[in-house]
Amino acid sequence: MSPDVVLVRTGVANVASVTAALRRLGVEPRLSDDPAEIRGAAAVVLPGVGAFGAGMGRLEAAGLVTPLRARVERGEPTLAVCLGLQLLGLESEEEPRVPGLGVAPTRTRRLTGAPRLPHFGWNLVEPDPGCTMLTAGEAYFAHSFRLDDSPALAAEGWSVARSLEGEPFVAAIERGAVLGCQFHPELSGAYGAALLERWLERAALTLSGGAA
Amino acid sequence: MVRLRVIPCLDVKDGRVVKGVRFQGLRDAGDPVERAVSYAASGADELCLLDVSATREGRGSAVETVRAVRAAIGIPLTVGGGVRRIEDAARLLDAGADKVAVNTAALERPELIAEIRARLGAQCTVLSLDAARREEGDRPDSPPSWEVVVAGGTRRTGTDAIEWARLAVSLGAGEILATSWDRDGTGDGYDAELLRALASAVSVPLIASGGARTAGHMETALDAGASAVLAASIFHDGVTTVRQIKLELARSGRDVRLPLCPPTVQ
Repeated sequence: MSPDVVLVRTGVANVASVTAALRRLGVEPRLSDDPAEIRGAAAVVLPGVGAFGAGMGRLEAAGLVTPLRARVERGEPTLAVCLGLQLLGLESEEEPRVPGLGVAPTRTRRLTGAPRLPHFGWNLVEPDPGCTMLTAGEAYFAHSFRLDDSPALAAEGWSVARSLEGEPFVAAIERGAVLGCQFHPELSGAYGAALLERWLERAALTLSGGAA
Repeated sequence: MVRLRVIPCLDVKDGRVVKGVRFQGLRDAGDPVERAVSYAASGADELCLLDVSATREGRGSAVETVRAVRAAIGIPLTVGGGVRRIEDAARLLDAGADKVAVNTAALERPELIAEIRARLGAQCTVLSLDAARREEGDRPDSPPSWEVVVAGGTRRTGTDAIEWARLAVSLGAGEILATSWDRDGTGDGYDAELLRALASAVSVPLIASGGARTAGHMETALDAGASAVLAASIFHDGVTTVRQIKLELARSGRDVRLPLCPPTVQ
């Protein structure tokens, strides 16, 4: 049985590609910004396209900050994509006065040293040995900001996958059934589909009592 | 390092893929979904879908085409053609586009670029630029220059292509799809001088378009500063495949994404 997946309606994100990718895996996601649904859903996708300040603003206005924090802190099945991953962090150079969800102990800064920005295209993802969902491969990125590769991530139980464009940066993080990707798994062809499938399997396992 | 991208382009009119030479003499080139699926399986890094319909009815069907292509493929999709207002861009994103390309309407009203960027982000905002070489005039040794053409290349605007690219990026365009009108559909190779001029004028990624026939043409474009190479006719006509082009680029030491094994039919 595929889990009940809720896609967070942020109003600033393009959800068509995520929806299409999940459908190809046999999952029909529901779009919602209802805090109770986000709290209770088997699995939640926090998509992200747009700006950090606008994204946080929408989460706050919809009352989704607390339910999303709780999900990530408990390791409940949650997938954060691109800006969604950045929103998990403490703050972003893109909007310095706006705090993020603060569940991943790191900061977002502009990618430096890249020959051209935005960083558009396929790049190599290299996971830590501790990663269980993330594997080595090429994934599709579309961003100008990225998470700092802080040692605090590992200290708080996150496993990290890295990529390189001008400088090394955090390509993705995972902990329990929580997966945060700077790249777009929904646009990363077979690599992305396989990753989404592993996340859905992890979600199903978590729900059947395999983890709390 | 980010890989060089190979991007097949589907020019779509009234629900069918078409292709001409210098934007004219369009001939049928198949079903968009079938083409998209086959190019994705062959290793396309992105797809570009340009709606070249001339009518409102045609434009309506383009949204349906985007929806159908998006349902079938899991790689990025840039859609352009007929984007006149922010609502058009939002509608295409809702249908499954990941990036929206603006062209004529942005020339008439450049703020359109800033509006799309503000609402959808720079990573969604592509400037589609159709450039034609200017006549050299009295001095044959004068450096080349290009002007923007619109209306299927039938109207020269007098706007300098390089200046327009610079302005569009300052307004928020996150990528430039640069099509050489002179080379489009000819197989004579990209206009490398145009690409070199654009690459030094702006710092966003540049997609080379117009004139590709061989992997060698693509290498020339990449050396001129392009981050991605777009082609249509050669893939539609079966002159080569995305896979073949990427294998040739890899053999020349270019950093491309190569599937490890031949694509399997599912």
